[in-house]
Amino acid sequence: MIHSLFLINASGDIFLEKHWKSVVSRSVCDYFFEAQERATEPENVPPVIPTPHHYLISVLRHRIYFVAVIQSEVPPLFVIEFLHRVVDTFQDYFGVCTEAAIKDNVVVVYELLEEMLDNGFPLATESNILKELIKPPTILRTMVNTITGSTNVGEQLPTGQLSVVPWRRTGVKYTNNEAYFDVVEEIDAIIDKSGSTITAEIQGVIDACVKLTGMPDLTLSFMNPRLLDDVSFHPCVRFKRWEAERILSFIPPDGNFRLLSYHVSSQNLVAIPVYVKHNITFREGSSQGRFDLTLGPKQTMGKAVESVLVSSQLPRGVLNANLNPSQGTYTFDPVTKLLTWDVGKINPQKLPSLKGTMNLQAGASKPDENPTINIQFKIQQMAISGTQLHTHPHTLQLQSQSSSSQLTTA
Amino acid sequence: MLESNKESLKLEAMKRIVQLISKGKNASDLFPAVVKNVASKNIELKKLVYVYLVRYAEEQQDLALLSISTFQRALKDPNQFIRASALRVLSSIRVPIIVPIMMLAIKEAASDLSPYVRKTSAHAIQKLYSLDADQKEQLIEVIEKLLKDKSTLVAGSVVMAFEEVCPDRIDLIHRNYRKLCNLLVDVEEWGQVVIINMLTRYARTQFTSPWKEDGIFDENEKAFYDSDSEEKQGQREAKPYIMDPDHRLLLRNTKPLLQSRNTAVVMAVAQLYWHLAPKHEVSIVTKSLVRLLRSHREVQYVVLQNIATMSIQRKGMFEPYMKSFYVRSTDATHIKTLKLEILTNLANEANISTILREFQTYVKSQDKAFAAATIQAIGRCATNISEVTDTCLNGLVLLLSNRDETVVAESVVVIKKLLQTQPTQHSDIIKHMAKLFDNITVPMARASILWLMGEYCERVPKIAPDVLRKMAKTFTAEEDIVKLQTVNLAAKLYLTNSKQTKLLTQYILNLGKYDQNYDIRDRTRFIRQLIVPSEKSGALNKYARRILLASKPAPVLESAFKDRDRFQLGTLSHSLNIKTTGYQELSDWPAVAPDPSVRNVEVIEPVQEWAPSLGKAKKPKSDDKFYSDDEEKDEEGSGSGSEDSSSSSSSGSSEESGSESEEESSRDLEKTSSDSEKSSSGSEASSSESESQQKEKKRAKKVTPRKSKQTAADSGSDENGNGPLGKTSSSSAESSSSEESDSSEDSDSDSPAPQKKTVGKTKPKVEVKSKKEVSLLDLDDFSPAPPSAPKSSVFSSSLLSDLEGLSLSNVSSAMQVTTSSFGPVKTYELLHHMTGKGLSAKYHFPRQPCLYQPSMVAVQVILTNSSDHSLEEIHIGDRSPASLNVHCFNTVERLEPGASVSVSMGIDFSDSTQAANFQLCTKEDQFSVSIQPAVGELVMPSTMKEPDFCSEQRKLMGMNETSATIAMATANTSKQNISKQVLSVANVGVVSSDQNNLQRFAGRTVSSGALVLVTLELRESSTALLTINTEKTVMASMLLRDLKQALYQA
Repeated sequence: MIHSLFLINASGDIFLEKHWKSVVSRSVCDYFFEAQERATEPENVPPVIPTPHHYLISVLRHRIYFVAVIQSEVPPLFVIEFLHRVVDTFQDYFGVCTEAAIKDNVVVVYELLEEMLDNGFPLATESNILKELIKPPTILRTMVNTITGSTNVGEQLPTGQLSVVPWRRTGVKYTNNEAYFDVVEEIDAIIDKSGSTITAEIQGVIDACVKLTGMPDLTLSFMNPRLLDDVSFHPCVRFKRWEAERILSFIPPDGNFRLLSYHVSSQNLVAIPVYVKHNITFREGSSQGRFDLTLGPKQTMGKAVESVLVSSQLPRGVLNANLNPSQGTYTFDPVTKLLTWDVGKINPQKLPSLKGTMNLQAGASKPDENPTINIQFKIQQMAISGTQLHTHPHTLQLQSQSSSSQLTTA
Repeated sequence: MLESNKESLKLEAMKRIVQLISKGKNASDLFPAVVKNVASKNIELKKLVYVYLVRYAEEQQDLALLSISTFQRALKDPNQFIRASALRVLSSIRVPIIVPIMMLAIKEAASDLSPYVRKTSAHAIQKLYSLDADQKEQLIEVIEKLLKDKSTLVAGSVVMAFEEVCPDRIDLIHRNYRKLCNLLVDVEEWGQVVIINMLTRYARTQFTSPWKEDGIFDENEKAFYDSDSEEKQGQREAKPYIMDPDHRLLLRNTKPLLQSRNTAVVMAVAQLYWHLAPKHEVSIVTKSLVRLLRSHREVQYVVLQNIATMSIQRKGMFEPYMKSFYVRSTDATHIKTLKLEILTNLANEANISTILREFQTYVKSQDKAFAAATIQAIGRCATNISEVTDTCLNGLVLLLSNRDETVVAESVVVIKKLLQTQPTQHSDIIKHMAKLFDNITVPMARASILWLMGEYCERVPKIAPDVLRKMAKTFTAEEDIVKLQTVNLAAKLYLTNSKQTKLLTQYILNLGKYDQNYDIRDRTRFIRQLIVPSEKSGALNKYARRILLASKPAPVLESAFKDRDRFQLGTLSHSLNIKTTGYQELSDWPAVAPDPSVRNVEVIEPVQEWAPSLGKAKKPKSDDKFYSDDEEKDEEGSGSGSEDSSSSSSSGSSEESGSESEEESSRDLEKTSSDSEKSSSGSEASSSESESQQKEKKRAKKVTPRKSKQTAADSGSDENGNGPLGKTSSSSAESSSSEESDSSEDSDSDSPAPQKKTVGKTKPKVEVKSKKEVSLLDLDDFSPAPPSAPKSSVFSSSLLSDLEGLSLSNVSSAMQVTTSSFGPVKTYELLHHMTGKGLSAKYHFPRQPCLYQPSMVAVQVILTNSSDHSLEEIHIGDRSPASLNVHCFNTVERLEPGASVSVSMGIDFSDSTQAANFQLCTKEDQFSVSIQPAVGELVMPSTMKEPDFCSEQRKLMGMNETSATIAMATANTSKQNISKQVLSVANVGVVSSDQNNLQRFAGRTVSSGALVLVTLELRESSTALLTINTEKTVMASMLLRDLKQALYQA
């Protein structure tokens, strides 16, 4: 299983190492650096790298490489999944998972890693249990700790690990009992030049924040469970009841967690809530190109389209872009040739547009590829698939339904 | 600071030391000072000392020994967590001297009351083994003991230890196999992965292959039932493959885990199904695997690798999800190439046009490595699917004029391979390439062109010498690979056209003779001897022509994932395509299954499993002598206890879920009881357990069933200290904990007499029930026919639900998902299997432009063989009217029973709904069939802007306009639903419109290309004005009728 873990930052420094079995020299990472050099983009480093004596499995998140060292056969997904779980835990603890945050809390990180793996095999990965073992640092607690000299390691040892419900700690008490459920749906679509949809699929998750006293047993049902084509659950959901009655019955973990994620079958027609009118041309001979982009809402059921972000990778020949946005701001990075336009909210009366010219390298011929345009946006209070929740025994408040989407125009 | 008296200072010091360690700096000098603090009361300080100790103990062995006594003391601590953590650290200290101490500690911990400590001991086993492999025998004993453990906490860890220490001791698993299968769902996710992988290996050695006689076994559960009852052994020969019930148990219990949020678990289940399940059941994993593609990039990478391997062997599995593998511009390069690989694997006659269109976009990608990979993929598609070879070739030739060099070079290489597979007349292309030759600088491409010239020099007699002349000029400046090919070209030309090239050849050979590269010098020498006549080489010379100009076999363009299937899916070895250390081969299926009875430890359960539900259905159950023993009542107790938990629902299905959980808990109980029987004779440790069993039995006899339920539940919750939990969980963990509490409470010994009695009692029972059990299990698993045994309604209802689950995994249902995304697709029957003597055919219109001729409508036909013998040579025979223009599908050579194949054909309906009649022939029979197209399928969508639409519409007024006011179902009034309905009827394209009450659709008829314009104007109170403008007035009226109906119906 997992022998050692190295954390490597974007500039290639190993800033943390942890060994669970005998110590593996950090020179093993040289193989990783080699692969990193070969890859043009940071994302292109292969996740699995063989070296003469070890195997390196790496995960890149928040511009930090988490490199696990393995010595023998193990399912690679096992390691990858675990590394992601580690990152999630860090994020949960420190709010962000950056090099600075990890360096500041190196002791907590070490304690966490110690609890999460024993001899390279995962021991406790549920954040509920970990939080009981090691309290997450807060400003208040750090202050109190420095004054009183107390620690952030739990005084009592957790009982959760032994209970039948390993994801929930016992003895939870709240004065206000509340539970929130967020339905977040994402459309992921590829749209071709002429505007017809090549693929479109809807992915959804239900994130919950449950603050209830004791051991609550919740039941949730859907208005139209047939919509959900494929689901995956938090381990707390009773699978048999879902199979039989399409009802979600579960004892929730305390705090924030992802209850389920689902996929809406792509056989149904998906209405894409925005459209793009584009006209990007390069004239043969001249060193100029025209750029014209207009966005507009479409079938949004009256909801506002927010946080619109357009990005496009312009051809390599483009030197500079001289554009004029009707709203929002745009940036063009002349090194990576990435154009980003932060639009903000779309006003249906006055459609946002970005017009102007691009300067090409002198003498370069007309680029033959069409740039792809990525559009990200959010629509609050709307579920594209029409998913609706019912709540059963406890009256629960439905906080918000939002959907964010990503479109790619090819 | 460490010497300080204040704890806070010590803590601060330790934190700094940990920071040093984390940066990889050496802090071993501080060892003596740190070790002193190991006995500290402060938990955090202690933990940090542990961290330090584990890191440096190996280097400072003598000093590390100082701390050992502290751990030994902690091992006896009343708090289970302290015991566990002491064991953890003790076993992590890699000092050989303490091996005996560790061994002792592990043995002790393995029989600890707390499952958490037992789990830690399982981890410690691996650590000790890696420290001192000589302890193997003793460790195996501990593993054997821990494998019997029924706690879900322990299961994962101990299997991990098993895999590490003694993966070949399969015999240890036998007795625990069923328990592990049943516990699987409740084990923590990391343990699940390990257990599933281990069980896959186990199953491959223990069960016979389900792959040979696919499709039959669904019907033969009856035979199975009989064959085990020993009376009708004869039936066995008739139905050769019978799935072992244990094999089925494994498949059934792992299936829910496909829904896990842990990607590793999903992958593990997927590989288990891939390696173990009958072929037609494998497809249930597809959906889950495709779901994983939404996860992190690294996960995608591994999953795509596995899908690539799977898709080579089983195209059908992933075909419906083809669009999920479309490349996104944001993907990393390695993911793009993997997706490309999969798309290429999935390509077949039916979908190639869509895939090629997608590839065209990829070729233009800015990522040049990816564009090059796409060109190779196109090449592979072209060789695999003969229909599109020419199209691809033309496309590739166009790419030759691309501005990017890598694209051109890659195209040249691929064209070279394609031309080789198709040795027909392609001299045009070769000439074209010769022209490009000057502009291409990539050596591989230059070499390819030279090779082509040489190989087909007879087809381009004028150009080839010219190219050679150019090469002679630049020879010295070329790359080695180009030089070699130049020498080859020279030799070939010398043989075919020696008049023109003799001098050139000699010049080149002379240059080659003094080249720096020894390969080229060798080649030159060899060629010279071969082709230039001299006295010495007389014999070889004669054959020079045959040697050099022999027709070469075409290269086979294969997937890079072709040979990966030798590795187990989901493993590191598979991912890297090399054998990694510690990889264990998946053995082949045994020809004859080993004795299945080795797993029969807890065989009594299935009768138990149904008996209580029977008993509950008809209240008077205690009358029955047979069931009135301890397990029965106890079991009833936990059963109804678990039913309590789901009391919120009271329908029949809750009944069912109750009985399901009962099954689990009962199984558990059974296991313990039988375990205790076993161990009572031998080991001391579990004797207390068996005694408690007796005690329990006694108590159960005294009290009424209702009461016993109470006690069982109560005691269970007491131990855990979390009352509500015990009640709510319906899992087996509850019953196991109640078991445990009993053993701790009633540890005073019992009289031996009743103990013996039970042993005597239970034994015959085991035998009787084991027979019945198999059949029941089997029925419950896969009997589509009503069970012959009389059962209560509870039984049949659960059976029904099981069946539902089964039908989901059927092949036929999976096949029908194959729809294009343009709209819902209706499937029509072409030939019923009754009239077709077992051959059945269905067809649908995939709504894709027809590959063969633009005026044809593409029709996808699914042929299924539902007879019991294989059908051969399925093809299309005579057609009427004789003028009917049909592009037939290739003859299907052979269709195995139960198999189905989808073929595509094109029919030119000439824009009329007249049916196309033709004969579907097999080797023996001919069936007349007809395809009657719906009018909407004779149209294909055309994209146009709104102004164009209006102007076209104005041209088609008067006679060419058909309109009607129609009533619409209220459900249809939304814009989205209307377009959905219209699209379901006719294959038209939506024209985007600004006006809210107007919807426009445009299409062209397939044969003549006449415009068909549909306008729908919404009026109040769910009526609408439907207008159709087209020259084909007959079609218009028919289309109007169809649309009216569709919109009216909802």
